[in-house]
Amino acid sequence: MSARIWPVLAIFALWQAVCAAALVPAFVLPPPLRVFETLWQERGLIGQHALTTLAETGAGLALGIGLGITLALAMSLAPRLQRLIGPVLAGAQALPVFVLAPVLVLWLGYGLGPKVAMVALLVVFPVASGLHDGLCATPAPVLDLARIARASRLRTLLWLRLPHALPQGAAGLRIAVTYAPTGAVIGEWVGASQGLGYLMLMANARMRIDLMFAALLVILALTLLLNRLTDRALARAGL
Amino acid sequence: MTVAITGQVWLGDRPLLRQLDLQLRPGWTCLLGASGAGKSTLLRLLAGLPVAARLEGARQAPDRIGWMAQADLLQPRLSVLGNLRLMARLRGEPLPRPRAEALLEAVGLAGRGTDRPEALSGGERQRLALARVLADDAALVALDEPFSALDAPTRAAMQDLAAACLAGKTVVMVTHDPTEALRLGDRVLLLQDALLHELPPLPGPRPVPLADPGLAQAAAGLLARMRRP
Repeated sequence: MSARIWPVLAIFALWQAVCAAALVPAFVLPPPLRVFETLWQERGLIGQHALTTLAETGAGLALGIGLGITLALAMSLAPRLQRLIGPVLAGAQALPVFVLAPVLVLWLGYGLGPKVAMVALLVVFPVASGLHDGLCATPAPVLDLARIARASRLRTLLWLRLPHALPQGAAGLRIAVTYAPTGAVIGEWVGASQGLGYLMLMANARMRIDLMFAALLVILALTLLLNRLTDRALARAGL
Repeated sequence: MTVAITGQVWLGDRPLLRQLDLQLRPGWTCLLGASGAGKSTLLRLLAGLPVAARLEGARQAPDRIGWMAQADLLQPRLSVLGNLRLMARLRGEPLPRPRAEALLEAVGLAGRGTDRPEALSGGERQRLALARVLADDAALVALDEPFSALDAPTRAAMQDLAAACLAGKTVVMVTHDPTEALRLGDRVLLLQDALLHELPPLPGPRPVPLADPGLAQAAAGLLARMRRP
């Protein structure tokens, strides 16, 4: 922990020095001490918006992870379904999900809906494809056991394929968690009345660049925290 | 129970096994041969497992087969007991606790049920794999070089244990070790030039003691025959 804090402090020190030397005007890059001050002064406002973003991220993650796991398992159980869904999933990745944000707002309104959907869309692909790749990569000698036992597809999945796929599924989940808060914020940029993305837009419009940077720092902290929690949970599960 | 395989085995347009007419009898049948001779292919065909080769002929084998490969195929996320139960779970059958405990005791792993496979030595892992085969209680047991990755003392101990535990079953084992084939085999078959050659087995009970001078002599002779260009 202590070793990791130094590079962060160095970045802040450099940032402060750049501002102190007046290399860039404060309305482009406010000094970090000013940003921290704003962060403290506006803690109520920021905290309230952060909670909204956190709720959207959490709901979207739950939905996306659940859907991703379901899709991967379904594709593994029914190869026909895989021929159907596989290309759709690959295509969905080719299309940047962000361009769907306005459509989602149009369909789901200005509330939680489009943000949760945005996060879920970002999350579902890495989870589904990671887990499905893992499910397809069971070593052949291990699958011999299933053939010897004349095991059903479901039992083979539960007892052999799934345990072997967990590390790859976990890798997909790690990527998904990194994307998730970004999805919520982008959803808020397109149309919202709450959330850190909305706060950033509002601060920008009012030339409150310090508040914008404060919101940015909170998004960063939120993402890091989610990563950390995921890593811990996965490590506890031996992944 | 009849276990038999007849016909020819083709690998592409090359014959891997010609004039194949093998009928297994209760006791140990050891399939010996150089790498790539097709002995594993023959074993997998007998066990009904997928192979790159094609059988042009007939196979007769029971539905229930015990299988043990060179890799122990223990599942790292399951405990020793969980691994012992794996085949039963895959078959959708119960394996009662007392029987599981008895099997662990039979292979010398009593009290290790809650350990993880990573806590076991190479020999202990193969013991567990053997216990898993025993748990299946199949009349036909197919072994694909099960002891070839073990060190010499562990291998000898595993041969003794397997011979004791699998007594009365029809066992077919692939090996590239002449000594192992002669120690355990009631029948020893050498796969050479795409043909199965039946070799004279050693006299006396199985497993043949390692100190038996006849064993070393016969193994040397067999090795010379396998090395023949």
